[in-house]
Amino acid sequence: MAQRANKNRNSANRGLPKAPTGIEGLDEITGGGLPRGRPTLVCGSAGCGKTLLGMEFLVRGAVQYGEPGVFIAFEESAAELTQNVRSLGFDVDKLIEQKMMVVDFVRVERSEIEETGEYDLEGLFVRLAYAIDTIKAKRIVLDTIEALFSGLSNMGILRAELRRLFRWLKDKGVTAVITGERGEGILTRHGLEEYVSDCVILLDHRVTDQVSTRRLRIVKYRGTVHGTNEYPFLIDEDGVSVLPITSMALQHEASDERISSGVPRLDAMLGGRGYFRGSTVLMSGTAGSGKTSLASHFANAASARGEKCLYFAFEESPGQIVRNMRSIGLDLESWVRKGLLHFHALRSTMHGLEMHLASFHKLIRDFEPRVVVVDPVGSLIQAGSPNDATAMVTRLMDFLKAQQITALLTSLTSGDQAFETSGVDISSMVDTWLLLRDVELAGERNRVMYILKSRGMAHSNQLREFLLTDRGIELTDVYRGPEGVLTGSMRLAQESREQAAALLRQQEGERKRRELERKRQALEARITALRKELQSEEDEANQFAAQEKDREQTLADQRAAMSRSRKADAAGARDRPHKSSRGRQ
Amino acid sequence: MKKSARSSAPAEHPGDSSSVDVWDLRLYVAGKAPKSVTAFANLKKICEEHLPGRYRIEVIDLLEHPQLAAGDQIVAIPTLVRKLPEPLRKIVGDLRDTERTLVGLQLRPRRLDDR
Repeated sequence: MAQRANKNRNSANRGLPKAPTGIEGLDEITGGGLPRGRPTLVCGSAGCGKTLLGMEFLVRGAVQYGEPGVFIAFEESAAELTQNVRSLGFDVDKLIEQKMMVVDFVRVERSEIEETGEYDLEGLFVRLAYAIDTIKAKRIVLDTIEALFSGLSNMGILRAELRRLFRWLKDKGVTAVITGERGEGILTRHGLEEYVSDCVILLDHRVTDQVSTRRLRIVKYRGTVHGTNEYPFLIDEDGVSVLPITSMALQHEASDERISSGVPRLDAMLGGRGYFRGSTVLMSGTAGSGKTSLASHFANAASARGEKCLYFAFEESPGQIVRNMRSIGLDLESWVRKGLLHFHALRSTMHGLEMHLASFHKLIRDFEPRVVVVDPVGSLIQAGSPNDATAMVTRLMDFLKAQQITALLTSLTSGDQAFETSGVDISSMVDTWLLLRDVELAGERNRVMYILKSRGMAHSNQLREFLLTDRGIELTDVYRGPEGVLTGSMRLAQESREQAAALLRQQEGERKRRELERKRQALEARITALRKELQSEEDEANQFAAQEKDREQTLADQRAAMSRSRKADAAGARDRPHKSSRGRQ
Repeated sequence: MKKSARSSAPAEHPGDSSSVDVWDLRLYVAGKAPKSVTAFANLKKICEEHLPGRYRIEVIDLLEHPQLAAGDQIVAIPTLVRKLPEPLRKIVGDLRDTERTLVGLQLRPRRLDDR
């Protein structure tokens, strides 16, 4: 897709047809491949991979693009050559059988040649034409045509004939790769660049600090906008690959999806939902501040979601990590067994940076992880210079972003560095940066963590104390009070002091409440007593009134009886004696 | 030095080369280009002079038989190949310099001031 897009873009731009090499990365930086139907000069010193590049150009041309190719070897015999490239997985013999390839060995041995008079290189032309015509070749590699210069002495003739040869190749319409030995101060020892003016690629093989690095640079490419940098390339069992492979432009998509960091409290600090998918997270901290543990949580969470996680470990063996993480309650081994977690552990000094990057690419392509952990990224410096390491990590990050793979990089900050630096200078490029550090207080060290930055999300600015428990990582609030920021047992002591004080206050309140209750009860008791007293008074009064009434009744009755006995006459008169009788009593 | 020593061998022991009954020579040409024609004429002359009756010249036109170029590792045209006597020798060019040609065919020792 990308390739086609590239080709389209370039043909739209320039109208220059290209022959894709199929070599990883090379087509990207050349904008689609080598100029079709024209010669390209590939120069470099001995052992820098010219022959291999040429051979891969043909093999991939034949296998991937159905373009037959001719390899004219001036330095190695056909048998030697096929044997040499077989180790890289190129089955040249089979291609020859399929009439997709011709390998011809042109040997020019000066010791058996005498020159006299006029001659030309028609013999070579005949051979090339014959080879091209037999298989209708579209591609040809001449490796290394300069051998002619050591075999024949008449420079005048040679130069004229070479000029004719390149023109002839153009007329033939074959895409040619001509290799040339690097000369002192010039591209090729015999000035081949003079004849090949369309595209010149320079290969270089340098050893810096005992680490060898191969580099490729496009010196010129007529009619094409091309990358002008030196690109590291490497030769592994799959042939040549040039880096970076993708995304030199910042064009990766940004996902809104969030994924857990593996620590709920940390997710809460990151706007409640964790990291963005496809973002790059840097975790820097001093030794022993818990970087690997936090990274393992992240890996664990990814595996638990059923996502594949690739863990690059440069300092510990997988077994060691698994064992250590078991002690904080993470069972990484089961993920490894389920194939969700893959450890790739090796010393960073094992090979150069480019090889590392290539192996990263390869593993990522093969394993297809959604999440990648590099622990620690800083140790890659040991595999090259800091500048190179930064460049490499940047490329890795770009690559991962382009694939929407979330990356977590840990970085060791050494004691004498400022905390806000990472060994590899990538801090400005990461999306989320967590800082882990030790706080030394009252004779103990405690871990604290905070989010230095997290692009595109609201995040906590608070320090959190970072505890490694047997149930994993816990983040707790640090104590912030009049005594400053306290962690560890100081925090615990302060907290217990506060708890005691709170308890005391609570007890006091309790006591007061009880006292009040007692008072209330006492008062109520009194109220009850008074009410009872009142009641009894009332009862007494009522009783008295009733008695009085009874007595009056009795008196009235007695009086009436008496009047009856005295035979009082009128009924009306009964009241009067009643009234008067009271007066008399 | 080694080269010249070997070249001078036939001169010191002329029997080596002359012991072969017939010199087997092959001239590679491409069509009827002037250089090729000249080369053939020159070769014929030299052979008549130095190897009368003991030579055989086979002219191979690569335009007709391009597949034969690889066998003798022909790059330049014209090229004269001495198949016999061994070892194999090649002389490229139109053979206009008789002395050189004779040295190349090892019929004459290489002069010290040569080349």
